[in-house]
Amino acid sequence: MAIDKETVKRIAFLSRLKVDDDKIEATEEEFNKILQWVDQLAEVNVDGVEPLISVNDGCLTLREDEVTEGNQSEAVLANAPMKEYGYFTVPKVVE
Amino acid sequence: MDRMTDLTKLTIAEAKEGLKKKEFSTTELTKAYLNKMDECRRLNAYVCETPDLALKQAQVSQEKYQNGTAGDLEGIPLGIKDLFCTKGIATTACSNILKGFVPPYESTVTSKLLAAGASFLGKLNLDEFAMGGSNETSAFGPVINPWSKDVPLVAGGSSGGSAAAVAANMCAGATGTDTGGSIRQPSAYCGVTGIKPTYGRCSRYGIIAFASSLDQAGPIAKDVRDCAIMLKTMSGYDAKDATSAKIDVPDFEAYLGQDIKGMKIGLPKEFYVDGLDKEIAAYWNKAAEMLKARGAEVVEVSLPHIKYALATYYIIAPAEASSNLARYDGLRFGNRIDGKHLDDMYINSRTAGFGKEVKRRIMIGTYVLSAGYYDAYYLRAQKVRRLIREDYLKAFEKCDVMLTPTAPTAAFAIGDKSMNENPILMWLNDIFTVSVSLAGLPAMSLPIGLSEAGLPLGMQLVGKAFDEASIFKVADALEKDVDFRKVR
Amino acid sequence: MTGMIIEGKTGNWEVICGLEIHCQIISKSKMFSGASTHYGSDPNENVSFIDAGMPGMLPTLNKECVHQAIKTGLGLNAVINKYSEFARKNYFYADLPQGYQISQFKYPIVGEGFVKIDLEDGSSKNIGIERMHIEQDAGKSIHDISPDKSFIDLNRAGVGLMEIVTKPDFRSPEEAGAFLRKLRSIVRYLETCDGNMDEGSMRCDVNVSVRKIGEEGYRTRCEMKNVNSVKFVMQAIESEAKRHVEVYETGGTIEQETRQFDPAKGISKVMRKKEFAHDYRYFPEPDLLPLVLDEAWIEQIKSELVELPDAKKARFIKELGLTPYDADVLCENRETAEFFEKAAKGHDAKKVANWMMGDFFAMLNEKKITLDESPISPENLGKLVDLITGNIINGKTAKDVFEIMAETGENPEKIVEERGLKQVTDTGAIEALVDQIIAENPDNVAAYKNGKNNLLGWFVGQVMKASKGKANPAIVNKMLMEKLN
Repeated sequence: MAIDKETVKRIAFLSRLKVDDDKIEATEEEFNKILQWVDQLAEVNVDGVEPLISVNDGCLTLREDEVTEGNQSEAVLANAPMKEYGYFTVPKVVE
Repeated sequence: MDRMTDLTKLTIAEAKEGLKKKEFSTTELTKAYLNKMDECRRLNAYVCETPDLALKQAQVSQEKYQNGTAGDLEGIPLGIKDLFCTKGIATTACSNILKGFVPPYESTVTSKLLAAGASFLGKLNLDEFAMGGSNETSAFGPVINPWSKDVPLVAGGSSGGSAAAVAANMCAGATGTDTGGSIRQPSAYCGVTGIKPTYGRCSRYGIIAFASSLDQAGPIAKDVRDCAIMLKTMSGYDAKDATSAKIDVPDFEAYLGQDIKGMKIGLPKEFYVDGLDKEIAAYWNKAAEMLKARGAEVVEVSLPHIKYALATYYIIAPAEASSNLARYDGLRFGNRIDGKHLDDMYINSRTAGFGKEVKRRIMIGTYVLSAGYYDAYYLRAQKVRRLIREDYLKAFEKCDVMLTPTAPTAAFAIGDKSMNENPILMWLNDIFTVSVSLAGLPAMSLPIGLSEAGLPLGMQLVGKAFDEASIFKVADALEKDVDFRKVR
Repeated sequence: MTGMIIEGKTGNWEVICGLEIHCQIISKSKMFSGASTHYGSDPNENVSFIDAGMPGMLPTLNKECVHQAIKTGLGLNAVINKYSEFARKNYFYADLPQGYQISQFKYPIVGEGFVKIDLEDGSSKNIGIERMHIEQDAGKSIHDISPDKSFIDLNRAGVGLMEIVTKPDFRSPEEAGAFLRKLRSIVRYLETCDGNMDEGSMRCDVNVSVRKIGEEGYRTRCEMKNVNSVKFVMQAIESEAKRHVEVYETGGTIEQETRQFDPAKGISKVMRKKEFAHDYRYFPEPDLLPLVLDEAWIEQIKSELVELPDAKKARFIKELGLTPYDADVLCENRETAEFFEKAAKGHDAKKVANWMMGDFFAMLNEKKITLDESPISPENLGKLVDLITGNIINGKTAKDVFEIMAETGENPEKIVEERGLKQVTDTGAIEALVDQIIAENPDNVAAYKNGKNNLLGWFVGQVMKASKGKANPAIVNKMLMEKLN
């Protein structure tokens, strides 16, 4: 499967990364090389094989419904680049 | 004792002995390491040093030795890979995007080490977000391999800082993490010993995630015994990590020195890859002979899907990473570069904050998960991952431990042009390690000898799930025969 | 047939609608962290480092959220899947700290089921449930504090949600309205969600398309996000369906898109076109293992399940003789139904129902209080009805006694006793009063005898007045008829 410049731009946006216009072609080329390489998986017969989601054999352990954390807004906000009145702030969100 | 002249040359076991016998104090030991860190600063192993904290911890430890309440690692100065969150100490994953981040919490593994009495000398360099095999993707620059001669060599990655620091005696032992070989490969390049335990053995809580289904913490240390001591402390079920295993932690140290007679050592035939370095192939045979001489039985095993491991890994790991790294958006922590709109802020912060390799993997990961490609890439990779795991399970019906080389070459030069131009070439360094990670199995790298160029080479021992004990047994035997300490 | 038919120029159209409802799970702590779910705290107070998406933090699943989901699934007559998986839904948004929402995708915890709805014409219909999965809620973005910034509060981030997806079974706004009311009633009975659409603890996305009567298959649908009341959902369906018909009939095509319904204007506008649709890149959540449920646990939850509105309603009709309408009203909410049952126990259930739906509800309304704040206990309401059916007091006195109960909360028997309100059934005493009134009003007696029959009521009133309301009106009536005719 080969990808084109539009796909590079779309993937970059989905990743919230910027690929400079003069780098798009090189990125496209590099990606196609990588994809060509991983395409070797196409030759593996995976009929009837269940995907492996976790190497753990166990199943999920459940936690009791208890409040064990909270009242630590200072610590939660301590690393925030911008905050006001106990909130994180960001540039205005417009839908 | 001639090592008394340089306390940093002591292993953890030896240092504990000396502290117990009051041959030296925890403060003396700590200061010796701090001096060594000063001497070796050019290696760029540490990205953050915490001498004051280490000396304070040393004092507390000294009292514990005095009143007989010393823990398993009391007063032992360790280095911590900067992927472990340490409360109140900057933690960056060696990425600009986490510049200035100070976690208000402690990872489970480092909590356990602290509880056992260890002190922390500082945070160790790594490939950015543990993505890399040479430590060159670090925002702090590459670590220089202490074995470098004329040209600076890579220390390997991603735990390059950890392996180099241990090799250069800048800490008694270090924590590492391994996703596709990040403990084992740098251990091999730097001539030290490191073990990635079974997935689920150590809690991932508080370790900055790269690929959740693969990441595992483990120790890098001067020898097999030190790995056993550290791993015992680092392991154990943690209710805060749903993927940690509810399985008892054995006393790994107790397995050292046990007879390996009759143990079956598997050599996977598919690992005799084309172009395998002749020296490495020779050492591989030599190691097998050493084990045979001790009464172990060497058998050939087969892992038919192993050749697909790298491609599988380079789909699954980036996919998980693309999602794990979505939280670095400049909003709640880390570096923000503002923009007019929210998306601009995200794009500006992430584009400036992440390095080239991380961005490459995020985009590949995003692509293989995106609509229309999921089945062809991600789902297929998960299926092949099952086949690879089944290969291992089947092969382990015929053997107890597998012996393979750790890496296809010795450490290479920093800035190697061909690897920088072709990411796949760099990724090929993981060829012997990734399949083990995909299968979730434990594996250790230990030094086997020096190449003709005088660089250390490593052998990998792979065990069954949660059977690190057998690895320790075999590794100890091999270590005794190799006597790498003398080689150094 | 309760479907809505839109008569177009080219023929008749029917409405096809399906709903997706997000219900906030009632639990003490969040779905994947130990932070409180309490509503109304200071910003970012109930936030763990996990909820804030801090580096290295990992989710752990709250047992209660799973328990609540199983209960709800059973309430939806649905299959409980013993194997389910969590998946990450990836997208960037200011109030989504991890950059993904932990949800379920391929393997939800609850499979197909149905909910029976009762319609105004007395018919009922089963609405199919496609699936229900559990996921975490996002935080809140506040846009009105500053002109150029949005403020982020993560208190809600990580609270458990159940997303219920119906089949496209609705053929009219009324059906959707009836479904939402029934669903709200079910989750409230089960105490798995408080069902307040205005507070956002129950949120609804509406999918609408139309097709010509008799046409097979479905046409393109549009989704309206976050419609926050039953009334608005109904309006949204109607206006959107009409828009589709108009577009089709003027030769246009409907694009698959996400729209926002504006209740003030009664119309929807485009939020997001399909080409800008999110690519959520779902994949199995590697931080959590598959959720495997034990059959015994499901059975235990099943055995502990409360009687649900449909079953209760049927029982009220069959065993207590209520009309379907009364049973419906009394069963809509569990507290009311339980209050009624306590009040009706050992008493005339139909009369208790009448009193509850009449004076009692009026009293609550007037006092602006809730059922559990009622000064009148269910036992006392039952006793009041007993005093009436036992002819101890008459209906008029009963209303007075009720008023006193509403003020004092006292036992009606005590009120009647202390205030001497027992009705007089002694025919001798009543006869004396009847004779007295007849004697005092010869003119009216004459008028009555001349055919002014409606004066009988006036005579009854006079006698009742003279008895200070305590005479049994039936006896008074009978006696007056005998004497005057």
